[in-house]
Amino acid sequence: MIRNKISMLVGGEAGAGISRSGLLFAKSCLRGGLCVFGANDYQSLIRGGHNFYTVRACEEEIYSQADKTDLLIALNKETVLLHKNELVSGAGIIYDKEEFSINPEDVESKDVKLYHVPLRKIAKELTGPQIMENTVALGAATALLDYDLTILNEVLQDTFKEKVAQQNMEAAKRGFNYVKENYGDNFGYKLEKTKLAGSKRIFLTGNEAIGLGALNAGCKFYAAYPMTPATTILHFLAPLDREYKMVVIQTESEIAAINMVTGASYAGVRAMTATSGGGFSLMAEAIGMAGMTETSPVIVLVQRPGPSTGLPTYSSQTDIRFAIHVSQGEFPRIVIAPGDVHECFYSTVEAFNLAEKFQMPVIIISDKYLSESNATAEQFDQNRIGIDRGQLITEQEYRQEEEYMRHRITETGVSVRAIPGIRGAIVRTNADEHNELGYTTEDPVLTKKMNDKRFRKMDELIKEMENYETVKLYGPKNADVTIVGWGSTKGPIREAMKIINKNGKCVNFLQIVYLCPFPTNKIEEQLKSAKMTIAVENNKTSQLSGLIQENLLMTVDHKILKYDGRPFDPEALAKQIMEVL
Amino acid sequence: MVSLNDLRTPKTNTWCPGCGNFGILMAFKKALIETGIEREDAVMVSGIGCHGKIVNYVNINGFHGIHGRVLPTAQGIKLANPDLTVIGFAGDSDQYNEGWGHFAHAVRANVDMTLIVHDNMVLGLTTGQATPTSQQGFKSKSTPFGVIPPMLNPIAHALVSDATFVARGYSGDMFHLKNLIVEAIKHRGFAFIDVFQPCVSFNYLNTYAWFSKRVYKLEDENHDVTDHKKALKKALEWGDKIPIGIFYKKERPIYSDSLSQVKDENLTKLSKQNIDITSAMKEMM
Ligand SMILES: Cc1ncc(C[n+]2csc(CCOP(=O)(O)OP(=O)(O)O)c2C)c(N)n1
Ligand code: SF4
Repeated sequence: MIRNKISMLVGGEAGAGISRSGLLFAKSCLRGGLCVFGANDYQSLIRGGHNFYTVRACEEEIYSQADKTDLLIALNKETVLLHKNELVSGAGIIYDKEEFSINPEDVESKDVKLYHVPLRKIAKELTGPQIMENTVALGAATALLDYDLTILNEVLQDTFKEKVAQQNMEAAKRGFNYVKENYGDNFGYKLEKTKLAGSKRIFLTGNEAIGLGALNAGCKFYAAYPMTPATTILHFLAPLDREYKMVVIQTESEIAAINMVTGASYAGVRAMTATSGGGFSLMAEAIGMAGMTETSPVIVLVQRPGPSTGLPTYSSQTDIRFAIHVSQGEFPRIVIAPGDVHECFYSTVEAFNLAEKFQMPVIIISDKYLSESNATAEQFDQNRIGIDRGQLITEQEYRQEEEYMRHRITETGVSVRAIPGIRGAIVRTNADEHNELGYTTEDPVLTKKMNDKRFRKMDELIKEMENYETVKLYGPKNADVTIVGWGSTKGPIREAMKIINKNGKCVNFLQIVYLCPFPTNKIEEQLKSAKMTIAVENNKTSQLSGLIQENLLMTVDHKILKYDGRPFDPEALAKQIMEVL
Repeated sequence: MVSLNDLRTPKTNTWCPGCGNFGILMAFKKALIETGIEREDAVMVSGIGCHGKIVNYVNINGFHGIHGRVLPTAQGIKLANPDLTVIGFAGDSDQYNEGWGHFAHAVRANVDMTLIVHDNMVLGLTTGQATPTSQQGFKSKSTPFGVIPPMLNPIAHALVSDATFVARGYSGDMFHLKNLIVEAIKHRGFAFIDVFQPCVSFNYLNTYAWFSKRVYKLEDENHDVTDHKKALKKALEWGDKIPIGIFYKKERPIYSDSLSQVKDENLTKLSKQNIDITSAMKEMM
């Protein structure tokens, strides 16, 4: 009997509520005190096709999806056909044989248990909507795993309005009872509450964590145009705008969004937008404008495979170069690459502080896998990073000794910021090269001075960055091999490390969190003693290796690259790393 | 109260002598004085082109942005701080070419701001190419055989997009234009003024003489500014007689009327305290 360790996959057509059911099951595991990871795989279509959601629950901490399935909820036959090779020996399939049959040769694996539950019939008896089939299946799964149905009921109650919750609870109960009556304790997996049950942990996606970070940082203006996989930030913030005193706007385009956000930032509020590659391309010019006008928009770039519109609903890490070089001309910017939901939250708060302190655009780069997978987190420490608005004078503080200069040339490059409206201060800025007062200039001496001024901020920033976790090392200091990576590969890499270390090999992982300014010194410190280095990235050209080479004159020894739109599977990754070792 | 002197800036004006922009500049300054708005309470936003330089010539808050993006930038400023009076200045290519996509949406959204388009029917700063308001057949550096499509009609477009203030001015009639700008600033909602602005360097066709001979004032005909149908009819008038003045005006809720979160709080006043996100985390448990 395997206790408290399960990898469940629910699959079916788009529109059948696949990710919702996965999420409900995941939450019921979370509330029972388990660590949970949920990943959503769907196609760019609204109905039909094949969608699946994987839930991995475990007592120890987990960082990614697994590539093996212990329990499969198959709402259609395709799910069985597509995932049969992932089934472990002893796995179970919940399905409805009145809807489709499973031939033994469909599940070639020697030892797979088939659990027929009349999902459709039960759902129909209750209310009719086919969508409840998945809740019946969840009840069935709960019974198979000998888990506590009341936890699932609580989740249903908290998720749905009363009447719908009641219907769903009834559906879950019938599924549960059917399994108990027909199959007893025949399944080899069991879930039970742990001592963490009832703790206040949360289960959220990277995009939700970014949204929470923005709220916590006092973001007051969010403008965006829908583009997968960035859209869910808009969906998350829109219903909260009144409660959190924030303006949330769906604009006519990404160009409008970034210009609005930059205008709002000039006006003195913290402002953010999010998009994916195509939208980011459209924003390029205005990001340069933010650099030139020294305003502070925060831009979230959620990558998906490209070029062009690529694979809209899948994942990739192909836009580092694009982010750090975006827009014509030279100007300082910050690019942060969080690798898990914690970092999504804290990086976002940091992003707003840095943007305002250094008066430059900040780009948070993430990807589909991170943005739409759910992970368990302790409730975020809301006070860990305070609000630091940098050199911002308030109405009361402003002393009109001399004319206010928005772009005053200072030693640090940072000019004291006044927001329009303050008595006595005229706040003028300019996308053209300008003098200290913000008036257009074409003077060669001033042009150089202003360029130098803007780049002095970068020097200051680099100094300040010494105190930040711009890189993180996981695993022992000395290892046979050092993996370097960034962003969402962090999860699969950490899972792979567990597997490798169990095999007696010693690896560590250097996560690069800040891509611009590039933490050259810190990376060098770690890499110069490394015996062997491997870059792991979801792109074809190993963009990170390129940056390391460029900045450190150091070649990464091996590259493990995956660019099929899917995240790394920890086990396959571990195998690839061990092959290199 | 501001005086002309307060509005003066140290920047040397680089517009061509005789350019229609001067009339708009002076009309705007006078309008500011007349409305009594303090310099700190107004923000001018401009695009890129000859017109865009106007930010250099008026000593009030200013954001000289990028080509075609006056509207979203200005809307962002206004929504972030509704206490500010926001006036956008755009060129005809700036707004009707590059920024056209923003136009219909700004009109619909009815954010409380003013947009003044310097319509010289030519691209000035890039040395004289055709714009959407260049007349059919207009010969320019980019259209040596004459402009092929018909003119774009921004007034009519604004009207059919449910605009709440639509006007046309002429920089050769500065006093009239000043009054329009005052009305536009006072209007609660998105106020749009297309301004005929002769370009003395590149537009040989639509000159002061050409406009002066043709323009007539809607108010002289007792035009009813609440009559939408009539306004549309007037918008389609072109030729020997071209109307200027307010075509149409109405009240409609402004964008922020539906935003309870900005009703009594200026969003710029963010305290240094962290914001409690506990309730936003509830759904995640
Ligand atoms: C994105 C972009 N495209 C092109 C240009 C080049 N450009 C500079 S000014 C201008 C247009 C000027 O025409 P208009 O908006 O009519 O203003 P005017 O100069 O006539 O006042 C253009 C196209 C630019 N600055 N940015
Ligand atoms: S080119 Fe035309 S629009 Fe530009 S300053 Fe000269 S006259 Fe005015």
